[in-house]
Amino acid sequence: MLVIEDLHASVNGAEILRGLDLEVHAGEVHAVMGPNGSGKSTLANVLAGRESYEVTRGRVLFEGRDLLPMSPEARACEGIFLAFQYPVEIPGVSTAYFLKAGLNAIRKHRGLEELDAIDFLAMAKEKLKIVEMEESLMTRALNEGFSGGEKKRNEIFQMVVLDPRLAILDETDSGLDIDALKIVADGVNALRGPDRAMIVITHYQRLLNYIVPDHVHVLLNGRIVRSGGKELALELEERGYDWVKADAGAPA
Amino acid sequence: MVPGAKEWERYLADFAQLASNGTTPAPPWTRELRRSALDRFTALGFPTTKHEEWKYTNVAPIARSRFERAESTRNGLTAERLAPFTFGEQGGTRLVFVDGRYAPALSALPDLSDGMTAGSLAGVLTADPTALEPHLARYAACQDHAFVALNTACMEDGAFVSVPAGTAVPKPIHLLFVTTAPEKSTVSHPRNLILMGGGSRAMIVESYVGLGPASYFTNAVTEIVIGENAVLTHDKLVEESDVAFHIATTQAQLARSAVFTSRAITLSGALVRNDTNAVLAGEGGDCTLDGLYLLHGRQHADNHTRIDHEKPHCSSRELYKGILAGRSKGVFNGKIYVHQDAQKTDAKQTNKNLLLSEDAVINTKPQLEILADDVKCAHGSTIGRLDEDAIFYLRSRGLGLEAARGLLTYAFASEVVSRITIAPLQGRLDRLLLARLQSLDGWSGASGVPA
Repeated sequence: MLVIEDLHASVNGAEILRGLDLEVHAGEVHAVMGPNGSGKSTLANVLAGRESYEVTRGRVLFEGRDLLPMSPEARACEGIFLAFQYPVEIPGVSTAYFLKAGLNAIRKHRGLEELDAIDFLAMAKEKLKIVEMEESLMTRALNEGFSGGEKKRNEIFQMVVLDPRLAILDETDSGLDIDALKIVADGVNALRGPDRAMIVITHYQRLLNYIVPDHVHVLLNGRIVRSGGKELALELEERGYDWVKADAGAPA
Repeated sequence: MVPGAKEWERYLADFAQLASNGTTPAPPWTRELRRSALDRFTALGFPTTKHEEWKYTNVAPIARSRFERAESTRNGLTAERLAPFTFGEQGGTRLVFVDGRYAPALSALPDLSDGMTAGSLAGVLTADPTALEPHLARYAACQDHAFVALNTACMEDGAFVSVPAGTAVPKPIHLLFVTTAPEKSTVSHPRNLILMGGGSRAMIVESYVGLGPASYFTNAVTEIVIGENAVLTHDKLVEESDVAFHIATTQAQLARSAVFTSRAITLSGALVRNDTNAVLAGEGGDCTLDGLYLLHGRQHADNHTRIDHEKPHCSSRELYKGILAGRSKGVFNGKIYVHQDAQKTDAKQTNKNLLLSEDAVINTKPQLEILADDVKCAHGSTIGRLDEDAIFYLRSRGLGLEAARGLLTYAFASEVVSRITIAPLQGRLDRLLLARLQSLDGWSGASGVPA
C-alpha cells in the first residue's frame, strides 16, 4: 500500500529525515517509535502533505502512485488521514459543517453521491458512539475550548467518519488519561481491517498495549534503525532508546 | 480639489426648494434649523484629507460629482424586486424609502395598537412637528461634521419611530432605503429619528440598497434617543451598489441604565463611511458597538466610532472586524472619551482585520481619552492573514485550498454575524457570507469596481 524509499526531508533548511525506508501493506498496523527529535512528526506531516516540510530526496508510493506531488486534499481524497498531534482550534466553524464538507469532497472523488445534512448527521451520530462523545460536539466550534482528550477523540471521530485507507496517528496518546486512551484505542481497533493500514507514531509503549501492532520500527536521527514485532516495543519500554542508539552507532 | 471652489453651491438650490416647498408652510424652528445647518455647511465645506477625521478617506469624488435630487417617481419598483432584502412574512413593521422618499405602497405597517408610531418623518413634520422639536437635530451635531450639516439643511424624509414607555415591540422594525439610480446621478439625505420611551424594547434594522447602474450618493443621519431602562438593538446594513457613495452618522443618546447594541455591517458600496456615536448620558448605561466590513475590488470603507462615557458605572464593548481583499481600503477609528465624572467606567474595544491580498490596506487607530481615575479601559487591534496551520488542517480532511480559505474567512466574519439576534437577518447574512466566501477567489478577485 505504502512504499517509502530513501526519504530525505527538511524543515526550515534543517534536514530531519535522512534516508527513511518503510513498507506498509494493507491490513497491517505499524508502530513508529523514537525519542524526541528523531523525525516522527516530520514523517507524519510529509505523508499528509504539509508544505512547510520540504522533501529533498527519495520517493513515496501510495497504491503504486507517486504521493509527493499530490496536494493535501488530493491525498485525503486518495484515502490518507492524519490524526494531528496538535489539532487546530477553529472558532466559528462547527465540526458538523467542516466534516461534512470534507467527507463530501472525498465521496465525490470516490464517485459516491454526496450526503445531505440529514443523512450526514444520522451517520455521524452512530460514529460518535464509538468515541463516546456527545452529539453537541457536532454544533460546537471545531476544537475550540476542547480539553486535550476531547481534541484527540475528535481526531479519531473524524477518522472513523472519513473512513481512510491509510491512517497515520501522530502521538495521539500524548496527554491522554487512561480512560481516554482506551476510547481512542477502541476507535482505532474498530477501524482495523484487511483493506486498511495504520501507522501509529508514539513516544511511549503504553498505547501499544491497546493497539497491538504487527510491526514496530525505531526511528533515530531521521532513519529507521531497527524493526521488529510487537515485542520490540516492550524491549524499548524496558531499556529505553540508548541501547538502540549504541547499536545503530549513532551519536547519542 | 480647486481651492476656493464652491462644490456645494448646487446644494443651495436644493435647499432653497426645500425651504419654500409644499402647501403647508414649514414651522419656523425647522426653517431656522435648516438655515443654520446650511451656514455651517458652507463654512465647513467638504472635508479634505488634511482634516484629522478624514485623513484616510478622500471625499473629493463626492464633492466633484454633480448629484441631483431624484425625481419623485418610484421607477417601477415592485415589492418582488425588494423581496430579497426584506424579511417577508417573518418581518414586522417595514418602512420603505425610495430615492429618499417614503413609499407607502411598498411598506408594511404593523398593528399599532400598542401605541407605537412608525412612519414618514416628512409626514410628521407636516402633521405634528411639535412632537419632533425637542429631539430633531438635537443630538447629531452639525458643528464639526459637514455631512451632518448638509443632511440637516437638505433633509426631506426618513423614518420616525417612537416606542412608548413600557412597550416591547416583538418583531424587528425594518427601515429600508432603496436607491433606484437608473441613469442620472442622484443624492438623498435620509433623516431618521428613533425615540425609545423608558423601559421600552425594540429591534431596528436600517438597510441601504442600490439597484441601478448609475452612481449616487446617500447622505444619512439617524438620531436615536433611548430612555431609562430601555433596550434597543440597531443593525445597520450597507448593501449599496458598487458605484455608490454612502456617508452616514448614527448618533445614540442613552439615559440611565439604557442598553444599546449597534452593528454596522458593510457589504458593498464604492465608498462607505459610517460614523457610529453613542453618549452614555446616565448612570449604568450599557452600549455595544459591533461592526463588520467585507471589502474587495477597489472598495473603501471607513468606520469611525465614538463612545462618550459621561456618567459613572457605564460599560461599553466594541468589536469591529474587517475582511479586505483585492485593492480595497479599510479605516477604523475608535474613540472612547471617559469624562471626569465617569468613574467605574468599563470599556473595551477590539478591531481585528484579515487581509486576503498583498494590495489591501487597513488603517486602524484606537483613541482613548480618560479623564476619570477609577476606570477599566482596554483596546486592541490586529491585522493578520489566514492561519496556515488551520488551512492545512482543513485540507488534510479533503477540503480544497479555496474552500479551506473561504471557510476560515467565513469563520472570522461569523463572530460578528452570530451575535445578531434577529433570526431571519442572521440567516440571510450567514447565507450571503457563505456564498461569497466559499468561492473566495471569485469574490476577492473581482476587480470591476471603479475607484
